[in-house]
Amino acid sequence: MPKLTIDELQKMRETTRKGIYLREGNFRGKVIVHMGTCGIAAGAREIMNAFLDESDQRKLTDIMFTTSGCAGLCSEEPIATIEMKGSPPVKYRKLTSEKVKKIFNEHIMAGNVVKEFVLGIGSERVG
Amino acid sequence: MAEKRRIELMVCTGTGCFAGGAFQIIEELNKELESFGLKDEVSLVATGCNGFCGQGPLMVVLPDNIFYGWLEKKDVHYLVEEHFLKGRPVKRLMFMPPDEKEPFPLLSDIPFFKKQLLVVLRNKGIIDPEKIEDYIARDGYLAIEKVVASMSPKDVREEILKSGLRGRGGAGFLTGKKWEIASQQIKTPKYFIANCDEGDPGAYMDRSVLESDPHSVIEGMCIAGYAIGSNEGFIYVRTEYPLAIKRMGIAIKQAEEYGLLGRNILGSDFDFTIEIREGSGAFVCGEETSLIHSIEGNIPEPRQRPPFPAQTGLWGCPTVINNVETLANVPVIITRGADWFSKIGTETSKGTKIFSLVGKINNTGLIEVPMGITLKEVVYEIGGGIPKGKKFKAVQTGGPSGGCIPSSMLDSPIDYESLQKAGSMMGSGGMIVMDEDTCVVDVSKFFIQFTNEESCGKCTSCRDGSEALLEVLTRISDGEGREGDIDFLTELGESIKDASMCGLGQTLPNPVLSTLRYFKDEYEAHIKEKKCPALVCRNLIQYYIDPNKCVGCLLCIKSCPTEAITGESKFIHIINQENCHKCGQCLEVCPPKISAIIKVTGSDMENLVQLSEIISCKEWKKNHEYS
Repeated sequence: MPKLTIDELQKMRETTRKGIYLREGNFRGKVIVHMGTCGIAAGAREIMNAFLDESDQRKLTDIMFTTSGCAGLCSEEPIATIEMKGSPPVKYRKLTSEKVKKIFNEHIMAGNVVKEFVLGIGSERVG
Repeated sequence: MAEKRRIELMVCTGTGCFAGGAFQIIEELNKELESFGLKDEVSLVATGCNGFCGQGPLMVVLPDNIFYGWLEKKDVHYLVEEHFLKGRPVKRLMFMPPDEKEPFPLLSDIPFFKKQLLVVLRNKGIIDPEKIEDYIARDGYLAIEKVVASMSPKDVREEILKSGLRGRGGAGFLTGKKWEIASQQIKTPKYFIANCDEGDPGAYMDRSVLESDPHSVIEGMCIAGYAIGSNEGFIYVRTEYPLAIKRMGIAIKQAEEYGLLGRNILGSDFDFTIEIREGSGAFVCGEETSLIHSIEGNIPEPRQRPPFPAQTGLWGCPTVINNVETLANVPVIITRGADWFSKIGTETSKGTKIFSLVGKINNTGLIEVPMGITLKEVVYEIGGGIPKGKKFKAVQTGGPSGGCIPSSMLDSPIDYESLQKAGSMMGSGGMIVMDEDTCVVDVSKFFIQFTNEESCGKCTSCRDGSEALLEVLTRISDGEGREGDIDFLTELGESIKDASMCGLGQTLPNPVLSTLRYFKDEYEAHIKEKKCPALVCRNLIQYYIDPNKCVGCLLCIKSCPTEAITGESKFIHIINQENCHKCGQCLEVCPPKISAIIKVTGSDMENLVQLSEIISCKEWKKNHEYS
């Protein structure tokens, strides 16, 4: 192992910081793939992989990927909810890897909701 | 490999959770993640002590920040499927305080964590202590970088002095001042020692720092070495801390490989090495002059000060000894500045302090709080109060050198001066909570027994004084206390304080003196009425079966190891006091809805109805129905 100089240590700090970003909790958005039994059967696994691939290609560290149970509308699965900071959550229906690509580019990266795939915007009423 | 991680599981592998089976949980998690195909998405990090030891084995799920406690191997399959695959956090494994109806899912909402302020333990549960990269990612070695690049040793000393950092080992000497004295010495070489000989019963602050963030101590030592002009450091750890020693060893090796220890650190002309020295667990070795003798290979006995070690220490050379927790503060002070640090805490006590919160408390664990927080906040908010609705009696701080602080003083702030005024001390940070079932005479006896065994024997006052204290305390708890015992304890205690040479002797009477100050009536009850109000001292209590309640179920009879209970099924059971060893087993097994067995003490023992013959429960009831 080579001995570090100050510059090298600083560089190392930058790279290693990326490795622990999940622990520091600075996220500008959250992708929730609904993985109830219906979601899994409809191919939610592929959708999750597609999201993770997109994020990985761009080396993003500020989007959180998580799963959740059935969203209640099983016929529309796979469903994913995208919550960008400061905007209401958006649910996308009947997803495919191709649709994920488009949503990633336009919604997550550019902030424009892809209206053609939307199931609904906002949260359900909780009584 | 593609980076697809989206969840990190921070599994605590501090000594507490390790003992609770953390590594079996990790093994099971690995297996289940593999079988669900989640290996790439969910990664496991074995962290140091999370702090909430009472909930161990435990883990925190990031980035969601969900806390799971009391994990068992059999829960893992369900947990992986439900939470990590399907995204449904498992409620029943979350933290559930005794008086609440809904569990707390988020770590940040749990009161135990909410009131804490992490400076020393800034990386606990967030880094893998065996990976230097994790430490570096969290601004690790930023301070040493700043020091060698832009600060003179004098700058460093002044910054630490300005921060108001005081020794966390007990006495609370200003760290910057100690460094200043050592730097003024002409003699070379100079040595630096990190003291991790943590001996107080129930205290494990320093161990946890080494286990969860060893690099912070290494960096602190490096900076200290630079500030005082020392190139050689030792870390003195008890052999009883195998995990701490292992992790420290790994950390030192990694730092050496990266050139953060050794020659020309970060390309500068500063050299510093660290060696681990293992102590074999003598309490007196925590005292700095004894510790030095131990490293030198001599019998660990203290010596007269002055000269202080900063003047004449290891092998006769100027030596600074700082506590591990003190050192872990140093890098943060350098990185964030003395002004930032001195804003935390009170006028005279700056920064935070780690305490191990143990005893009769709901949330057992390791906590870091800002100085000046009140004892009440620690006991009731962080600690979650006393279990089983019992009453708080006292909190013992400072270990065998400290004292008991009663409930009337719960509002006093935690700082060096306030604790001393209350007759206790900050000490290294042990905090033992006692409830109404704790007898102060018994507690004093326990601590004096400890110091008596650990006394090195050099000073008569400490060696024989502790023996005499113990003798009297034992007599009192045995019910043979005499008039004048209290005055004797007080006088002897004060003399031991005055006549002993080192900290061990000077502070050993504190548990007795402080309990005499606040709970004198309990001592008097033991001596005059032969009564133990807390129902602890065996010779002063009796177990008794209430005939009005006994249903004759035989449970106590079967459990009694000395066959002291007689009776038959559906006949009232009777304890034969002569054979009873007072182990309390019968009370344990008597069903709560019956609760026929009670403990009595003092004059209450005389008023008990003693059955002269075996009588059936039915008959007894008939005879006593109207009485």
